[in-house]
Amino acid sequence: MGAVGVIIFAVFAVLAIFAPYLRTVDPMRPGLAVNRLLPPSSQFWFGTDHLARDIWSQTVYGSKIALLVGFLAAFTTVGVGTFVGLVAGFFGGRLDEVLMRIVDFFMMLPSLPLMIILAAVLGPSIWNVILVVSIIYWPFTARVIRSQVLSLKERAFVEASRSIGAGDRLLIFGEIMPNVVPLMFAQAVLMVTEGIYAEAVLAFLGLGDPATISWGMILHFAFESGALSRNLYWIVPPVVCICLVIIAFTFLGTAVSDILKPGYREARGL
Amino acid sequence: MALLEVENLKVYYFTRAGAVKAVDGISFTVDKDETLGLIGESGCGKTTAVFAIMKFVAPPGRIVGGKIMFEGRDILTMSEEEVRRLRGKSIAMVFQAAQNALNPVMTVGSQIAEMILEHEDVTKEEAWERARRQLELVGISGDRAKSYPHEFSGGMRQRVGIAIATVCNPRLLILDEPVTGLDVIVQRQLLNLIKDLKARLRLPIILITHDLSVVAETCSKVAVMYAGKIVEQADVVSLYENPAHPYSRLLVKAYPSIKGEKGKLISIPGAPPGLVNPPVGCYFQPRCPWAMDICRQQEPIAVSNDGRMVACHLFR
Amino acid sequence: MRGYAGFAIRKVAGAAVTIFAIVCVNFVIFRLVPGDPVRMLFGDPRAGAELIQEMRERFGLTGSLWQQFLAYLNRLFLHGDLGISFVQRKPVMETVVDRLPQTLLLVVTALAIAVVVGTFLGAIAGWRTGTRFDAIIVSISLGIYSIPTFIWGIILLIVFAVALGLFPLGGMATLGAGYSGWAYLRDVAWHLVLPGGAIVMWYMGEYVLLTRSAMQDVVDQDYITAARAKGIKESTVLRRHALRNAILPVVTITGVNLAFAVSGVIEAETVFNWPGIGRLMYDSVMRRDYPVLQGLFLVFAVSVVLANLVVDLIYGYIDPRIKVGGPK
Repeated sequence: MGAVGVIIFAVFAVLAIFAPYLRTVDPMRPGLAVNRLLPPSSQFWFGTDHLARDIWSQTVYGSKIALLVGFLAAFTTVGVGTFVGLVAGFFGGRLDEVLMRIVDFFMMLPSLPLMIILAAVLGPSIWNVILVVSIIYWPFTARVIRSQVLSLKERAFVEASRSIGAGDRLLIFGEIMPNVVPLMFAQAVLMVTEGIYAEAVLAFLGLGDPATISWGMILHFAFESGALSRNLYWIVPPVVCICLVIIAFTFLGTAVSDILKPGYREARGL
Repeated sequence: MALLEVENLKVYYFTRAGAVKAVDGISFTVDKDETLGLIGESGCGKTTAVFAIMKFVAPPGRIVGGKIMFEGRDILTMSEEEVRRLRGKSIAMVFQAAQNALNPVMTVGSQIAEMILEHEDVTKEEAWERARRQLELVGISGDRAKSYPHEFSGGMRQRVGIAIATVCNPRLLILDEPVTGLDVIVQRQLLNLIKDLKARLRLPIILITHDLSVVAETCSKVAVMYAGKIVEQADVVSLYENPAHPYSRLLVKAYPSIKGEKGKLISIPGAPPGLVNPPVGCYFQPRCPWAMDICRQQEPIAVSNDGRMVACHLFR
Repeated sequence: MRGYAGFAIRKVAGAAVTIFAIVCVNFVIFRLVPGDPVRMLFGDPRAGAELIQEMRERFGLTGSLWQQFLAYLNRLFLHGDLGISFVQRKPVMETVVDRLPQTLLLVVTALAIAVVVGTFLGAIAGWRTGTRFDAIIVSISLGIYSIPTFIWGIILLIVFAVALGLFPLGGMATLGAGYSGWAYLRDVAWHLVLPGGAIVMWYMGEYVLLTRSAMQDVVDQDYITAARAKGIKESTVLRRHALRNAILPVVTITGVNLAFAVSGVIEAETVFNWPGIGRLMYDSVMRRDYPVLQGLFLVFAVSVVLANLVVDLIYGYIDPRIKVGGPK
């Protein structure tokens, strides 16, 4: 599973990084009126959209946006979530209670309506998408990290370290962090999918960054133009790309968390 | 012919690290009116052995050899369905630490009734009534049949486990560490209950424990297990007064007796061997104070004499 | 049931507090709008000054922030007033109530199917962990549930409606057909399949994985072996002992998942033009109808809180450890 994920990811990474060299043109500049809504040809590999823009170019540049948003969103979400989870788990007591109440509250807010509202209010842009994703998903990471910290706290070595006078700082960075980092990594992989999803769905609903064209936006234009029943070539590339990238990271995430539980697979006879 | 005859039973666990020989060729018998105590350290294979009797060995474990003759038929050759019909009705088991052995979302009464309804053709009301009476039999008020397991203390949950196992009058009862982890007073009460039931129901029992004093109280004969093998079998008095195998000797010495003479308390140093690549020769040799050269080279062969059995080079 | 009564009261109180917090958040978010909120609400840049002032008063946008907040609370709780939609010139509440039943129909149907099928498959996969069947189910479920609902919607639409022509392209009923009675119901059901299917995907995948995981934990417990020791049939052990315990954590998580059900609804209704509040949200975004957006957020958020409350209360009832309390 993990292998499949890595391969797919590599393909898209290549597309994203080498975009300008892959026979692409500016994905946003409208073309000649006669070239609108053309099916795939040797000139336009994936055909053109309603403004005669090359869909192949849009697809390629779309991967840049998807991966960018995905990684940045994962970074901020896991960053905030880990920080809160660490603090809550390690210090416990009232601080933990208060933080967990906040976490519970956030977790109950419906994600898409909140994303829509925030995007509508803050204005559509990639950075706002990243911000919005972090706001919605940090509690999940916080909970996961916190329970890891709690179980680590119970373990003997923390007691032992304390008894030889290790201060809080040392404990956090020396003992707890190394055990938390792999989990952070697993969370990050999952959050990439959330980031990609959030950008895609907001773009699809018309709240995408007008300075870019992402896969979600391609679908938005297609949908608005009624292409769903007519111009399949417009729709298939972004749909396939979104599916592949999300599946890739989901599989990767599962593979990573399986690896983190080494005894698990053996015991299960997998 | 004895009620239960286990012959050269072998149960191995096949892991990535290799085959763990959890039970490596043990033999014993249990007859009516007998109570066999199976004693040994944690991990010596006693629980695995009785699980094999009920055919509960799950992958990566497998029963790789031997016979288990129950009332003349070899359990290991029976089909899954036939074994299932034996369970509960002919052979019943009380699990270790009944904390988890009771379903948390079912009332205690319904769990006893479930056992009854499975094996006997009675109505639900009759089963419930009998469940209540069974609770009384083990010293719990019948009114508590409607309570849930978490409402009981550990000792009482163990009683419920005993109630469930005995309600259909099984022909063989297995008790896996019945009093381990309970405080002394509760232990005393439970042991009395077991002795009482044994007398009343005339049940043959296999009792697993690591506590020799429990064995001394309740069992008529003992099998001592070490690292997957039985190293000594004897009736309980002989074992106490005259332990043969070094391991048995150390075990007996490790338990203080309030009556009787005061001897030195010895703890047994070292730890049992890993069972993936067991040492050559006698398994106990690294910890044995009487070890000889031959012990490091050859595995001792079991020698039987007059109802006693020992596997040790000291006895040929 | 003293234990339960206390539990229930605490949960209801918690829900009330949460709802109040959501109301506050809702208020604050819309004050985050950069620029003049009324101009933004209005949309029409040529509106005269007096009209704007009148609107300000109408919408409680005069006075200090604190006064505005109080006015907002007053309108909301005492009058059930969510504001007025600019596009439709109707009270938001009315618009929402108009379209709520359609959404409920879609959601309840989809969730019911997803939960039943998902739990069933997940239980079997968990019971038989490590087998081929299990591995296949896990991979498929992972794949299915990671794909966003609107993508599923598009896929289903293309495959079943466009390519195969088996289902309609959208809407809730065939326009102008004038069906009534049974025929109407069948028509609606026919239209329900694809959008419902899109929502089912995520939910079912989630329940398969959840139930499987819960079942894996249960399978290891001693009481399962103890149940087998009674000589009970495997299928009965699964049903009466394993499943009944595995259900508990699954019910708990249902609460959290409901927030995601909302997302699915919005996406599915948008793709299939299903006339519910999800589609209303999309339309309002397109038309910049902020009062409706604000009202909808409140409706969605409060529904999730209430649904969570119901789930919590149910859980408290089915888990005897909560219903009855500790050792005596």
